[in-house]
Amino acid sequence: MTNIAEKIEKTKNEDGTFTINFGPQHPAAHGVLRMVLEMDGEVVERVDPHIGLLHRGTEKLIEHKTYQQAVPYFDRLDYVAPMSQEHAYALSVERLLGVQVPMRAQYIRVLFSEVSRLLNHILNIATFALDVGAMTPFLWGFEEREIMMEYYERVSGARLHAAYFRPGGVHQDLPDGLLEDMYEYFENRYPKFIDDVETLLTENRIFKQRTVDIGVIDAEDAVDWGLSGPMLRGSNVPWDLRRSQPYDAYDQMDFKVAVGTKGDCYSRYLVRIEEMRESLKIIKQCIENMPSGPVAVQNHKITPPKRAEMKSSMEAMIHHFKLYTEGYHVPAGESYAAVEAPKGEFGVYLVSDGSNKPYRCKIRAPGFAFLQATEFMTKGHMLADLVAVVGSMDVVFGEIDR
Amino acid sequence: MPSTLPNIKEYLENAISFIEKAEIAYGELTVQVPAKDLAGFLMTLRDDAVCQFKMLVDVCGVDYPDREKRFDVVYHLLSLRNNARIRVKVQVDEKTPVPTATSVFSSAGWWEREAFDMYGIRFADHPDLRRILTDYGFSGHPLRKDFPLTGYTEVRYDDVEKRVVYEKVSLPQDFRSFDYLSPWEGEWPELYERMQASLPGDEKATQVEDKGGKK
Repeated sequence: MTNIAEKIEKTKNEDGTFTINFGPQHPAAHGVLRMVLEMDGEVVERVDPHIGLLHRGTEKLIEHKTYQQAVPYFDRLDYVAPMSQEHAYALSVERLLGVQVPMRAQYIRVLFSEVSRLLNHILNIATFALDVGAMTPFLWGFEEREIMMEYYERVSGARLHAAYFRPGGVHQDLPDGLLEDMYEYFENRYPKFIDDVETLLTENRIFKQRTVDIGVIDAEDAVDWGLSGPMLRGSNVPWDLRRSQPYDAYDQMDFKVAVGTKGDCYSRYLVRIEEMRESLKIIKQCIENMPSGPVAVQNHKITPPKRAEMKSSMEAMIHHFKLYTEGYHVPAGESYAAVEAPKGEFGVYLVSDGSNKPYRCKIRAPGFAFLQATEFMTKGHMLADLVAVVGSMDVVFGEIDR
Repeated sequence: MPSTLPNIKEYLENAISFIEKAEIAYGELTVQVPAKDLAGFLMTLRDDAVCQFKMLVDVCGVDYPDREKRFDVVYHLLSLRNNARIRVKVQVDEKTPVPTATSVFSSAGWWEREAFDMYGIRFADHPDLRRILTDYGFSGHPLRKDFPLTGYTEVRYDDVEKRVVYEKVSLPQDFRSFDYLSPWEGEWPELYERMQASLPGDEKATQVEDKGGKK
């Protein structure tokens, strides 16, 4: 016994704290997060998150690709809700190009942005619950995710990396029967799933013990730390870009902005649950009011012509060839377009020098700001609460490390 | 006076003398200030009753290697009260540090670390200016325009040595960067100009001239 006590004594720092390494391979780290923790017994004194283990140089790669070739990189940022990222990029390029996207394309984008939000919130709630000890939501959630990823597949051909929202519209029109199937699912099955998850978690004693009053951040601090999305709304700040700076067809949608009161992990969970219900409303409105017409701007210098047209029209053929080799040139200038991605404000800052490649493309990921606030939110909490806080932050390293 | 972008622009131009440039393009307000006045300016933007830009959304660098002050440091701010955004720019060279914004916005810390990591931009008085995204022991600043896309080193697990080894990067095939510009295209005059200087085969013409000169 004394031997072990001596060993422990030796690992102590000069001020009596322990330094602990958390991750980078840890089930509660949500990917590759490494945290160097300074612990006073079981109380967290200092947190130093080390990120960048998934750094792929996306921004540098985009500088070497044409505007169209850059689209798929955005799927690989937050791979939990891929289309939301493409959305921000498309809006940013469109602002520089000065094109107006057709109404049907706007509705399709809003529809799939909301599907992405559901995909994301399911995964977050499921893994968050898993972190604090509840296994079942995880199992149930993935089943629903799989169904929604099938919609992704039907519309774009890929379950995850869709590359569906392109500057100028969306890649292709909705296949027959998709809207009917989606309506059926989101009307009849999905609300029941949310209710089921709520019966498991919302009044669950263990879940509440682990989340209520944990990782509290008040409104002022949340703004100061640059938080957004459910992290900000959980702290009672009614700020949602879909409402305050509406893009695409969001100004025609009727929905409420979910707001929490206490700014703790439990508030953030409740905000996400409510947001899922609001998303369902938006999805229903999109399906019911889906306009007809083209799904991309009809300027074939930006979007490709129809394949059938290329069989007979030389001009269409040339457009296609030029588009897929040289791409289109974007007027010089800079634009910052942000969307309310499921995690928060996802922004794309583009600098164009008038050529066919972005001169600079800065990706503003919401999770980057969240993780930065980890130390602020967990100081003085127990080690186990750190796991709950990181779980409630909804971090995905694809977007943080870029 | 409602705090719309044109109003904010006019207000700032009247109130603050050191603004170098202020313009609204693509519906976005951009203000350029000298680097030394940055912290004070951000403080004004945050606390002034008209501005109320309480949230720092993003900090990033942009590299223009041809310029004397080669870096732009770009700050994006958001006002929840006025529902408005502003972009603040400063220009710096490689050696001059930018005053840190961490004293004004807590969220500036990591973004400034990222700008330092990616571009080598220094931030004076930053509490913790370490690299953030690149590997431990990395050297160079990868987002600079003169840093090659492939980088300089690659890593692999060596089965014999039983550890990860770093090696000089070796590529079986070069990165294929195509020159899409053709000389009969006059649509983008400035690109056409640039292209005139360096068409494939141009070097032969100058070589012949050189020889002629020697004779």
